[in-house]
Amino acid sequence: MSERFLRALERITRVGGVRGAMLVTADDGLIIADASMEDVRGHAVAALASSLAKRFIRVSKAATLGSPQFLHLQAEHGTLVIVTAMNGVLVVTMGGSEMNVGLARLEMLRVAEVVV
Amino acid sequence: MTDDIEAKTEQLTRDPTSLVFLELGEALRRRGRLEAAVRVALTGVERHPDLLDAHDLYARVLADVGDFARARETWAGVLARDPRHLGALKGLGFLYYWAGDLDSALDHLEDALATDPTDQSVVQALMTVRAAAQEEPAQDTSDTEEPDPVFAGLDGAERGILLVDDRGRILGGRLQSLAGTDVSDRAAAYLAGATQEAERTARLLELGTWQSIVAEGQGGNIHVSAPTQTSLLLIVRDRGVPAGRLSMLAQRAAHAARRWLEGQQL
Repeated sequence: MSERFLRALERITRVGGVRGAMLVTADDGLIIADASMEDVRGHAVAALASSLAKRFIRVSKAATLGSPQFLHLQAEHGTLVIVTAMNGVLVVTMGGSEMNVGLARLEMLRVAEVVV
Repeated sequence: MTDDIEAKTEQLTRDPTSLVFLELGEALRRRGRLEAAVRVALTGVERHPDLLDAHDLYARVLADVGDFARARETWAGVLARDPRHLGALKGLGFLYYWAGDLDSALDHLEDALATDPTDQSVVQALMTVRAAAQEEPAQDTSDTEEPDPVFAGLDGAERGILLVDDRGRILGGRLQSLAGTDVSDRAAAYLAGATQEAERTARLLELGTWQSIVAEGQGGNIHVSAPTQTSLLLIVRDRGVPAGRLSMLAQRAAHAARRWLEGQQL
């Protein structure tokens, strides 16, 4: 199972600028599968991504927009992108500021379909 | 069309250096096969880095997938090498139009028309932008609601822009649900925590200062940014507004917010 997910995640990590991609449980931020570079702190990314996703689900619902399917935090030196899959799983990708977000998003959506 | 795509794909497979990738990429994006179009365009750019039409194709696909910032950057790069490149002039004209910068849109489209006066798509685009430019002041004066003190004149100021302080207190703007209910207070309550969440995430992941968060929901898209250290700006638009345009709207709203906040301190 994990091998299949890792193969799917590797499609994301081939996108330019991506430093890590992982599958994370939305509720508690636990890593299901991780394809990140060694210097990426996977558990921190997973926990923070889960927390951020939960926060913005609340904001989005308060604005009566429903649950967000895509979240993108842009920062000075990098970016964190989260796609919510159907079964309580988050596809999380982290990269440098040069990361091709459009292409990464396409690959993340493919992975989200795989994990359903 | 599918046969055409297959034929071009076969042609490109037989001869990977062929320029048929330009037609193939365009056919794929017109069919909505954006993932394949991205790959074809990227491969084309890598194989033919000096071919400006390859960069133009890539920018068009980027715009289709909503990566407006990168599309703009790519087209600007094309214009730096050829200031009369028709595709780049049209593309940037389109981006500026969607961002609400009608003057810049007109500048680029007029340059495009000067480059090729027979291009009907440019003529049509110019008519659309000129009409929008004429309507703009009329829309402002016809609004019967009391203008918002912070965002007066900005599109959606009375229903889709909210400025809150670091405690979640509303400073300006208003947020309405699709049904017209005021949901400003509810959204503002969660926004105070959102900025701390964003700061913490960016700091602990060593991403530097956070700049924006975009959330695309089933009922619309959200853009959150911090105009100042003690304020947070929320922009909401329906899903039809691409993320790139949302970002440009947010920049204009953030500018208005900073100006208003500075005025409050005087």
